[in-house]
Amino acid sequence: MSETRKDVNERLQGLLARASHGRDDFEDLVIVPLFAVVAALIFGALVMLATAVDIGTIGRSFVALAYGAFGSLNAISETLTASIPLVLAGLGLGLGFRAGLFNIGAEGQVIMGGIAAVIVGFSLTGLPWIIHLPLVLLAGVLVGAAYAAIAGVLKATTGAHEVISTIMLNLISYELLNWLLRQPWIQRPGRSDPISKSVPDTAQLPRLLTQIDPNLRLHAGIVVMLLAVALIYWLLFKSKLGFAFRTSGENPSAANYAGMKAGLIIVLAMGVAGGLAGLAGATQITGVLGRASPGFSAGIGFDAIAVALLGRSHPVGILFAGILFGALEAGGRQMQVSAGVSIDLIGIIQALIIVFIAAPLLVRAIFPWGFRRKKGGAA
Amino acid sequence: MTDMTAHEARSEKLEGAAARKARVMGVILILLSLLVLFVLNVAPGERATFNLTTRRDAIQIPPLVVPGAFNMIAAALLAFLGVRQFLRGGGRWTALSLGAGLLILVLAFLVWATAGKSFNLTGMLQATVVRAIPIALGGLAGVLSERVAVVNIAIEGMLLAGAFTGALIGSLLGGWMGLVAAVAVGGLFGLLLALLVVRFRMDQIIAGVVINLFVLGVTSYVSSQVFSQYRSLNNAPVFRSWEIPILSDIPVIGPTLFDQNIFVYGAFILVAVATYYLFHTKNGLRARAVGEHPRAADTLGIDVYRTRYIHVTLAGMVAGFGGAFFTLGSVGRFEENMTNGRGYIGLAAMIFGRWHPVGALSAALVFGFADSLQQKLALLNTPIPSEFLAMAPYIATIIVVAGLVGRARPPAANGKAYVKE
Repeated sequence: MSETRKDVNERLQGLLARASHGRDDFEDLVIVPLFAVVAALIFGALVMLATAVDIGTIGRSFVALAYGAFGSLNAISETLTASIPLVLAGLGLGLGFRAGLFNIGAEGQVIMGGIAAVIVGFSLTGLPWIIHLPLVLLAGVLVGAAYAAIAGVLKATTGAHEVISTIMLNLISYELLNWLLRQPWIQRPGRSDPISKSVPDTAQLPRLLTQIDPNLRLHAGIVVMLLAVALIYWLLFKSKLGFAFRTSGENPSAANYAGMKAGLIIVLAMGVAGGLAGLAGATQITGVLGRASPGFSAGIGFDAIAVALLGRSHPVGILFAGILFGALEAGGRQMQVSAGVSIDLIGIIQALIIVFIAAPLLVRAIFPWGFRRKKGGAA
Repeated sequence: MTDMTAHEARSEKLEGAAARKARVMGVILILLSLLVLFVLNVAPGERATFNLTTRRDAIQIPPLVVPGAFNMIAAALLAFLGVRQFLRGGGRWTALSLGAGLLILVLAFLVWATAGKSFNLTGMLQATVVRAIPIALGGLAGVLSERVAVVNIAIEGMLLAGAFTGALIGSLLGGWMGLVAAVAVGGLFGLLLALLVVRFRMDQIIAGVVINLFVLGVTSYVSSQVFSQYRSLNNAPVFRSWEIPILSDIPVIGPTLFDQNIFVYGAFILVAVATYYLFHTKNGLRARAVGEHPRAADTLGIDVYRTRYIHVTLAGMVAGFGGAFFTLGSVGRFEENMTNGRGYIGLAAMIFGRWHPVGALSAALVFGFADSLQQKLALLNTPIPSEFLAMAPYIATIIVVAGLVGRARPPAANGKAYVKE
C-alpha cells in the first residue's frame, strides 16, 4: 500500500516537474550561462595578466568593455547594430541544431546572401524603397537558402556529412566572392581593388536614431531581427513543420516511423537556416556597409555558431546571446581604444563562454556550490 | 519463393543503381572530352615546353616538348572511356576511369596553358610537395583521432597553435626547441580535446570548434598585443632544406622529394610509421577496435578512455609538428590566422583518403598540386580565373564526400561519446 502511494507521489512530482519550470531548468537556462560568462571574464583577466598587462589596465579595460557596450546611447546603438546579423544567423543555426544538423556554413551563406543583396541592390534602379528594399532582402534570403540547400540535398540524397560539405562551401564562397568582386559589372568603377558598387539609398535599411544624433548607426534591421525571432519561435514551437524539425533532431527513427520524410526535412531545415544567414548578410550590407568587399562577412557566421549554442538553440535565448555578443564586440572596440588591450581578447572570452556552456559538467565541476547535487550522478 | 523474388528485386535494384552510376560517369567523361576538344583546344603545330631541369642541376635532361596534337588524343581517350562506361561500365572500372579521366584532363590543361610557352614542371612539383605537407600532417592527425572515434575539427586550431609556439619558442630558444615546443603544445590541445569529449562528454564537433576559436583568439591577441611591440619574440630561425646526397641529383624526383626540409621528410616518415602502427601492430588493431566498436573493445579489456586520450594527444602532436611548418619551415614569423583553413582542408584530405594515412597524404598532394598550379598559372596568363582553380579541390572534396567516387566509410563509432557501464 505504502509502495503504491510512493509510486503515485513520484509520478505526481514528475508531472509537476514537467508542468512548471523546476530548479533544474533554472540552473540550465540561467545559472550555467551566467557562470560561463563570469568564468570566461575571469579567465580573460588571467590571459591579460599572463601577457604582462598590469592590474590597473585590466580594471580599466573591463570598465571600458562595460561602458562601450551599455554606457551611453551610442554604445547601446553599437551593441544592437552588431547583434543584428549575429541573431539572424544564429536563429538559422539554432534551428539547424534543433533538427540535428550541424551547419558550419553560415559564413558562406552570409557571404552569398550579402553579395546577392549587393547585386540586386545596384542593378535595380528607380524603384521606390518600399519595393526595392524588400526585394534586396529577399534576394539575400533566397540565395543564402539555395546555397545552404546544396549541403542539405547532398546530405539527404548521398549522406554526405554536412560539417564537411558546409566547410567546403565556405571555402568556395570566399573564392567566389573574390572573383565576383573583380568582375567589371560588379566592381566599383575607377577602382582596381576588389570592391563592389554601392547599394543605392532606396535599398538601404533606414537609420532609426539619426534625429537624436546623426552618428547613431542603429538601423531598421533590428525590426527585421525581432520579426525573425518571433517567426522562428512560431515556426519551431507552434507549427507542424517545426514539430517535424524537432522530432527528427531528437529522434530520427521516431520521426521516420511517424512518416516524416527525413530527406525533405533536412533540405528544408538547411534552406531555412541558410535563408536566415543570407538575410544576416543582406542586412549587414543594406544597414551598415552599403557595399561588399573581401572579408565583409567578418566571421559573423562563425560567431553565430557560438550565439546559437549560448542561446540553447531557443529563439529568445539566441536573441539575448546575440545581444551579449554584440555587446562584447562593441565593448571590445572601446576597450581597444581606451585601455589599449587588443580586441582579439574578446575572441578568447567568447570561446571560453561556449566551452563552459557546451560542457555543463565542466561548469558544475568549477562552481560546485552553485548547483544542487544530483541524485547519484556527477555533481 | 517470395524470399527469392524479394532478393532478386533487391539485387536488380542494386544493379540498377550501379548501372546508373556507370552511365552518369560516362556522361561526365564525355563532357570532359568535349571540354578538352573545344575549350582546351591547341593548334596541332603549337608546342608546350616543360623544363625538367634548371641550369644549376648536376644532371641535365632535355625539356619535354609536347605537340598540341596531344590534346586531340586526350579528348579521344576521354571519349573512349566515356563510351566504354555505357557499353560495359560498372564495378571497379567506374572509379578507375574517372581517376584516369581526371589525370588526362589535368595533363591536357597543362599543355593548353603552356602552349607556345615554357614552364618549369619540376619547380611546380616541388611546390606541390611543400604545400601538401601541412595538409598531409593535418590529415594524419585527423586519421589518428578519428580511428579512435573522436571527430577532430580542432586540427585547424592545433596547426595554428603549433605555428605560434614554433615562432615564439623558436625565437627564444632556437629552431629545435621551437619544434619540440610546437609538438608539445599541439599535444596539449589534443589532450584538452580528449578531456573535453571523454571526461566532460562535450559534443565532439562543438569541442573542436571551440578549440579553434580559442587558439585563434589567443594567438591573435598575443600577436597584436605582444609581438607588435617586441618583434624579436617573433623572429625564429628557419629550417633550411637538407639535400640528400646522390638521391637529390636525380632529375625531377631529386629536387621534388630529396631536397626539402625536415618537415617534408618528417611527414613522409610519420605517414609510414602511422600506417605500419595502425594496420600491422597489436596496439594499432586495438585502437581501430575502439573506433569501430568501443563496447566490444571494452569487453575485451581494452581501456577505451585511455586509448582515446593517447591517440588524440598523438594526433595533436602530429598537428603541432605540421603547424610548426608554417613558421619554422617557411617564413620564421607568425601572422594572425596564418593557417587560413588548412586544417579544414586536412580534414577533407583525411576523408578523401578514406581514413588511411597514405590516402590522406595522396589527397594532400592533390590539394597541394591544385594550390601550386593556381600560383604558377598567374605567370602563364591563362584566361581561367585563379579563384576557380582554387575552388577545384573543394568541389572535388564535396564530390568525394557525396560518395560519387565510391563511398568512403568512417569508423563506425566516429563522433559518439562512450560511456563505460
